[in-house]
Amino acid sequence: MTSSKRRTGRRSPLATVALLALGLVFTGGAYAAFSTGTAQAEVEATSQQTIEEGKKLFQANCATCHGLDAQGTEAGPSLVGVGAAAVDFQVGTGRMPMQMQGPQAEQKPVQFTDEQTKQLAYYVASLGPGPDIPADHLVNGGGDAANGAELFRINCAMCHNVAGAGGALTEGKYAPALNDVSGVHIYEAMVTGPQNMPVFNDLNITPEDKRDIITYLQYIQDNRSPGGFELGSLGPVSEGLFIWIFGLGTIVAITVWITAKSN
Amino acid sequence: MAQDDNGGTDIAAAGSSSHEHEVAASPGTAVVVADGFENPGFPPHRKRVTDEDPKKAKTAERAVYTMFYLSIVGSVWAIAAYMIFPMESNDVFDVRLNNLSFGLGVSLALLAIGFGAVHWAKALMHDVELVDERHPVRGSEETRAGAVKVFQDADQESGFTRRSVIRNSLIGALVVFPLPAVVLFRGLAPQDQDPVELLSHTMWTQGTRLTLDPSGVPIKASDITIGSAFHVIPEGLNELEHHRLEEKAKAAVLLMRLNPEELNETPDRADWSYQGIVAYSKICTHVGCPVALYEQHTHHLLCPCHQSQFDVANHCEVIFGPAKRPLPQLPIAVDDEGYLVAQSDFTEPVGPSFWERH
Repeated sequence: MTSSKRRTGRRSPLATVALLALGLVFTGGAYAAFSTGTAQAEVEATSQQTIEEGKKLFQANCATCHGLDAQGTEAGPSLVGVGAAAVDFQVGTGRMPMQMQGPQAEQKPVQFTDEQTKQLAYYVASLGPGPDIPADHLVNGGGDAANGAELFRINCAMCHNVAGAGGALTEGKYAPALNDVSGVHIYEAMVTGPQNMPVFNDLNITPEDKRDIITYLQYIQDNRSPGGFELGSLGPVSEGLFIWIFGLGTIVAITVWITAKSN
Repeated sequence: MAQDDNGGTDIAAAGSSSHEHEVAASPGTAVVVADGFENPGFPPHRKRVTDEDPKKAKTAERAVYTMFYLSIVGSVWAIAAYMIFPMESNDVFDVRLNNLSFGLGVSLALLAIGFGAVHWAKALMHDVELVDERHPVRGSEETRAGAVKVFQDADQESGFTRRSVIRNSLIGALVVFPLPAVVLFRGLAPQDQDPVELLSHTMWTQGTRLTLDPSGVPIKASDITIGSAFHVIPEGLNELEHHRLEEKAKAAVLLMRLNPEELNETPDRADWSYQGIVAYSKICTHVGCPVALYEQHTHHLLCPCHQSQFDVANHCEVIFGPAKRPLPQLPIAVDDEGYLVAQSDFTEPVGPSFWERH
């Protein structure tokens, strides 16, 4: 009984396949086609066309806040030099285009197709040098989970929680939960420092170390906590609330039963 | 020994004793109640269904012994589960399965005994209400005199008062006995060192390189892009043979790079930073939690324990929460090879207040 319950508590094998497929679509898709060195001329031509498409999309969807040439306005920052990784992260997770100004842009259903996202990304990348979308081998989770766990505890866990469950920041801002975030988006967030997250460039956390961190996050997602009910992995808050309501509730109920007169 | 003068005789069936008690207050609790209300006594006794219906009594009986049998099942299951789910492999999930099954068995064994016993008492045992009068607190004169005599006899026979040297040496031995424990506890504290001195200084000295936590790789100023946060330990920390954690707990530093225009520095600390790179102690001045929740747009540092907020742009002054002092700043500079180094130790003790720090 217990072993079957344990199995259903885990992610189903299909979800892993879907996650992998998602990662492949993002990283493989258009980008792999451009980055093959065999047909350099063809790549150049495609890139130029991609950038043109991206510019049209940008002017139609983003220019209101970021300016017609992405130079920035009062409503939105300049995007010169943020790199393709920043756009792929912000647009690929649905944070941009922003629904409204608030403490922070929240994750919501993605507004563009993968191809459009790539077009936007390469248009913004063409404006100035910045971090590129990471290569597939860095985000597929083939690193050292133990090293990743140590780096995660030192650099990330104070905001994102040691189990990656997320946590509150100041004045309505928060560090989001990291489960179900694809490896490529985690990598892009580290190199670009979206919103209030600090930047972790390659000299602070090397690309291999970033791969290890992604490996750790995927490991704890696939190998759930051996301690039983996680209660959101939020630590003493949810665990305390649980014992306060159900533990004390049970004691009160038993006390009432013991002292009540029998029929 | 004080005797229970009225032991056992004061338990009487409801209704027979309560009114007599009202008239003659017992001598030990002789408080005259001027406007006391009349003791209403017990409500009329109500019979339970198990008293009136033998079928219901039979059902209750069955429920009680079923509980006790269930307890036996639980105990046997706990033993069986311990053997069925061994903890021999290294898989932590096996430990969980073993603990969970064993624990469920033991819980069932104990809970079933408890529920069975309570149900037995409530549904089947004799349930007529009884009054157990509180006996007087003060013992009788003979009992009191007897107690005094016991002490006097003991003193006479042992010579506790007469043989004063023996008595005093015993008291002396008892006083000296805890001293080794005091010495042992003192041994836990640092030897030959002033704790105040230890709390006031860290590993940082002039020229110590700032290195990455945990790898110990030195950091160049050019490595740090605007908006970055680096978790920093002093060079040589990883090579320490003793007190590595104690030193890390004092010397941990958070390195951030801001746009230099956004940094408001006082003139006396203007050369403590380098092109917008600032280094602050990571140890909260409230109770010493690591403050590392850095928001790169607002330049606020948040302590996760008690929500103290520090403004990095203004020398980490406290803008919210229970902390009373800003985080101490580590003065930094760049050496000949471009690596970040400390100009000196922190100029004030890091972390929370202690007795000698005001």
